[in-house]
Amino acid sequence: MPPAAAPLSGLPPGAHSFALAGEALAALPSGALWWPAGALLCVSDLHFGTAARQARFGAAPLPPYEVRETLAQLDADLAATAARRVVCLGDSFDDAGASARLDADDRLWLLRLMAGRDWTWIAGNHDPAPLDLPGAHRAALVAGALTFRHIAQADAGPGEVSGHYHPKARLPGAPGFRRPCFLIDGARAILPAYGRFTGGLDCTAPALCDLMGPGALAVLTGARARAIPMPRAAPAAPRPRRSSGV
Amino acid sequence: MLARAADPATLLVAPTGGGKTLAGFLPTLAELSERPGPGLHTLYLSPLKALTADIARNLRAPVEGAGLAIRIEDRTGDTGQTQRKRQRADPPHILLTTPESLALMLSYEDAGRTFAGLRRVVVDEIHALADSKRGDLLTLGLARLQRLAPGLRRVGLSATVEDPPALARFLARHPHPCQILFADPGPPPDIAMLDAGDPPPWAGGGGRYAVRAVLDAVRRHRTTLIFHNTRAQAELFFQALWMANDEGLPIGIHHGSLARDQRARVEAALAAGQLRAVVCTGTLDLGIDWGDVDLVIQVGAPKNVKRLVQRIGRANHRYNAPSKALLVPANRFEVVECAAALDAVREGTLDGEPRGPGPRDVLCQHILATAAAGPFAADDLYAEVTTAGPYAALSRAAFDACLDFAATGGYALRAYDRWQRLVCRGGLWGLRDPRSAARIRQNLGTIVGTETVAVRLRGRGAPLGEVEEDFAATLTPGDTFLIGGEVVRYEGLRELTVEVTRAPGRDPKVAVFNGTKFSTSTLLTDRILGLFAAGAWPGLPAHTADWLALQARVSRLPEPGRLLVESFPHDGREQTVIYGFAGRNAMQTLGLLLTKEMEAEGLAPLGFVATDYATLVWGLEAVPDIVPLLDPDRLRAGLEGWLAGNAVMKRTFRNAAIVAGLIERQNQGTRKTGRQATFSADILYDALRRHDPGHLLLEVTREEAMRGLVDFGRIEAMLARVGGRIDHLRLRRVTPLAAPLLLEPGRVPVEGKGRERLADAAAARLLAEAGLA
Repeated sequence: MPPAAAPLSGLPPGAHSFALAGEALAALPSGALWWPAGALLCVSDLHFGTAARQARFGAAPLPPYEVRETLAQLDADLAATAARRVVCLGDSFDDAGASARLDADDRLWLLRLMAGRDWTWIAGNHDPAPLDLPGAHRAALVAGALTFRHIAQADAGPGEVSGHYHPKARLPGAPGFRRPCFLIDGARAILPAYGRFTGGLDCTAPALCDLMGPGALAVLTGARARAIPMPRAAPAAPRPRRSSGV
Repeated sequence: MLARAADPATLLVAPTGGGKTLAGFLPTLAELSERPGPGLHTLYLSPLKALTADIARNLRAPVEGAGLAIRIEDRTGDTGQTQRKRQRADPPHILLTTPESLALMLSYEDAGRTFAGLRRVVVDEIHALADSKRGDLLTLGLARLQRLAPGLRRVGLSATVEDPPALARFLARHPHPCQILFADPGPPPDIAMLDAGDPPPWAGGGGRYAVRAVLDAVRRHRTTLIFHNTRAQAELFFQALWMANDEGLPIGIHHGSLARDQRARVEAALAAGQLRAVVCTGTLDLGIDWGDVDLVIQVGAPKNVKRLVQRIGRANHRYNAPSKALLVPANRFEVVECAAALDAVREGTLDGEPRGPGPRDVLCQHILATAAAGPFAADDLYAEVTTAGPYAALSRAAFDACLDFAATGGYALRAYDRWQRLVCRGGLWGLRDPRSAARIRQNLGTIVGTETVAVRLRGRGAPLGEVEEDFAATLTPGDTFLIGGEVVRYEGLRELTVEVTRAPGRDPKVAVFNGTKFSTSTLLTDRILGLFAAGAWPGLPAHTADWLALQARVSRLPEPGRLLVESFPHDGREQTVIYGFAGRNAMQTLGLLLTKEMEAEGLAPLGFVATDYATLVWGLEAVPDIVPLLDPDRLRAGLEGWLAGNAVMKRTFRNAAIVAGLIERQNQGTRKTGRQATFSADILYDALRRHDPGHLLLEVTREEAMRGLVDFGRIEAMLARVGGRIDHLRLRRVTPLAAPLLLEPGRVPVEGKGRERLADAAAARLLAEAGLA
C-alpha cells in the first residue's frame, strides 16, 4: 500500500498526491506526473504522428491535429507547474520517422516548450533510436530515488516510473466510467498514455496485475484525479453474483 | 400502358399484387416484336436483387411461348464477372438490374456504347426507392442515361402512395411532365387487432405474450406472414413460437441477418406452399409473389400506415380478394397506436414526410463515378444533374462545392495526396490517376449497412448468419444468443467470424438492434393524441381504456396542440417525462439536447431513455421549470454548438462520408472491420469539426440531422405546434403513463457533473471499504 503522502502545497487543481520510494509526487488529472522537489514533469506515450500513420496505412484520413491537442495539454501542464525538467517516458513518437514528419508549426511549438528546460527523451518501443530533436536521449534516467524508463521491469528496485501499457480502469459503482489511469503501489508507478487517440489496456489484465503489488491504487484521470483500489481481474468462473447495492 | 407508350414519362400507381410489373413491359414487348433490332431496348430497375431474377423468369415464359427472339437477362452483384463484361459489350434486349448495378455500369468508359440505343427504362417499386438516397442516386443515373440515349422514355411502377405528383416529379426528367395512371384499388382490407386473451405487458417489444393466439391464427389459415419490426424480436418470437408449436406446424424464419442460402431455402419453401408461416422482417416487404399467403400478422406497433398497408397487401396477392391482416400490439402503449393505425387504414389516409432536396453526398459520389467513365465539362454535368428531380433546384455554387470536394477532399484534407482525385485539363475534369477508377467503383452505392460479422459453428463450415459487429463486440465467451431460431454459445472471434457452439435449452442473451428501429409517423402520433382527446375509449380493450382513465385521474393525458411534462421522484433519482410524440429518433435527440441544457443548469442529469411517444430523463436534481429548457432557440443552439461527442451525429457523418467517397467501405479486397471504420470516422469527424467547421460533409451531416436518425425537424415542428402551451406537473410518484418508460430498454447514460458526483461517491466508498480513507 502506498504510504500516505505529506500533503503537497501549490499543486494544480484536482491532483492526487502520493509517495513513491519516499518522494512526494502528484498525479495530475491530465495524466502527467509532477514531482515538485525535482521541479520535474513526466509524461508518457505521447504517440505524436499516430493520425498521420493511420492515414498512410489506409484507415480514414485523419488530419494531423492530434499533435496540437496533446501539445496544448502539455503547454497547460507546464504553465501550471512551472516545471524546469521534463521527462518524456518513451513512445513519444509513433514511429521512427514521425519526428521528422512533424508539421512545421507543431515542431515550433514543441521547441518553444523545450526552450530553457532540461528535457529528456526516454527510448520507447515505438521510438527506440535517438530523435532528431534537441534534448537528452536515454534508455533510462535516474533522479533522486526515482528511475524513469519506458517499460516496467519485474525485478526493478523501488522508485520505478514507467509507461508503455496505457492502463485504463473502470470505476466500480459508477457504470460506464472508464478512464486512463496511473497505477501506483508505493514502489512503482505506471503512467497513463498522455497522447490522444491512443488505445488502452484494462488494468485487470494479468500483465498489469502481476507488476503491481498488493494494495495498489489506480488513479483515474479526467476532470480530477481520483484514486481507488486498483481493480483486479475477477476470479474465474463461477462469476460472483452480486446484487448491485448501489 | 400501351396507349401511353410514347410519353416521355409515366407513373403507374397500383396496389400490391396488381400485376403492374408485367404491364410496365407491355410496350417493350410490342415494340420488340415489331422491330427486333440488336442492342439494349429496355432497362428494368428494382430495389431488390431477388425481384430481378423473379421478373426475368416470369417474363421469359410468355416471350418464349410466343416464339419471340427477345433476349432477357438480369444483372446484380451476384452476376459473374464474365457475364457482366459481355453484358456491357453485347447487351440483351431487356436487362433487369438494381440502381447500384446501373451506377456501376455507368462508371465504365464504354457506358456510352452500352446504352446508346436504350429506348425505355422501367423503375419498379419506385415508392420504396424514392424514400432513400438509393433513389437520389437512381435519378442522377437516369439523367446520365438520358444524355447517352436522348429518346429515353421512363416508366415508374408504384404501390399506393400519399403524394403521387411528388413521385412523378421524382421520376420524370425535370421539367418534363409525367402522366399518372391509377389502377383500381381493389376491395378494402379485412383488418383487426388480435385478441390474445391476456393483456400485453407494460413495456418492451416482441409480443411473446400472444404466441398461443398467433399459433391459433396460423392453424386456421393456409400461409401466414408474421412481420416484426426488428431482427432480434423476430428471433425471439420465432423461438417462442417453436416452444408452443406442439403440432409441429412447418414454420420458418427470414431476416437480413441470416445466411443467404438459408434465406433462399425459406423463400423456395414459401413459394412452393410448404410452409404454414414465416416469421420475418422488412426483407419480405417488397416484390415477389410469396405463394398463397392468406393472412398477414404485424407484431409490434405498425409505426407507419403506408408500410402497414403494403404489408397487408402481401396477403391474397390477387386483385379482387380483400387482404386479411391482424395487428398484435407488443405493449400497452402500442394498443393505442394499433387502434389509431386501424382507423387510418379504414379511412384510407396514408402518411409520408416530404423529402428535402437531393443530398450532396450522393452528388459527390455521382461526380466521382462520372469521372471514372471519362472526362466531363463542369457546365455539362451541372446542366445534366439539374434535370434529376431531387436536384432540380441545386445551385451552381453548391454543385461547384461538391466538385471541389470530389477533386480535393476539401480544405482540411488538401494536405493528403490520396484525396487529390480529380484534375481539370483543358476545361475537362478527369481522374488524376486512372487507377483510382477501380477504387471509386468499389465504393459505389448508398446503402451503408451496419457492419456485420459472420456467425459459424466451431469446427464446421456452414455459416448460420450474421450479427452486427457492435453486438459481437459486447460478447464474452460463454454468452448465449439467438440466431436462426436456435440458442448458441459464443466461443470466440476468429478472423472476423464469430465462432459458436450449439447451446440448446439455455436462456439467450439477446441482441438489441437499436439502429433498425423506425420512428412512428407524424400521422400516427397525431391520431394517437386525437384518440386520447376522445375521453372515453369504447373501441379499446378494457385493460388499456382503464389505464388511460387512471392516467387522466392522477395526472392528465397528453393533448393535441399542448405538451405534457411530468416530474416525480423515483428510485432515488429525480425523473422527468416529456410526452412529445415526435417519434423515437426525435425523442432520442430531445433527450440528448435536454440533458445537455440540464447539465448547464447544474441539474446533474444521469441519463435518459426515449420511445416514439416520450423521453424520460433522470438525474440528481429536480427540474424546477421545464419551459426555459425547451426554448426552441436554445435547443437549436445546442444542436449547432454541440454537434460533437454524440454517437448518432457521428454515425450520420460516417454514412455521409462513405457515400461521398471520403471513407472507403472496402480497400482493394481487404475489408476494414466496422469498428475500425467507425473509430476513424469518429476521429475524422471531431477533427473536421474543430478545424474545418464549414466542410461540405459537416454541412451534409447537419442537413441530415434535420431528419433521419437525429430528426431535429420534428422537434421543431412539435414545439411550433405547442407554441408555449406546456403543462409541467409536479407529482409525488410515478404516473400510469410514465411507468412503462421505467422498464424501457435502451437507456442512455449522460456524462457530466452528475456522473462525476457519483464517481466521487463511489471512489470514496471504495477507499473507505479498503480502509484507506
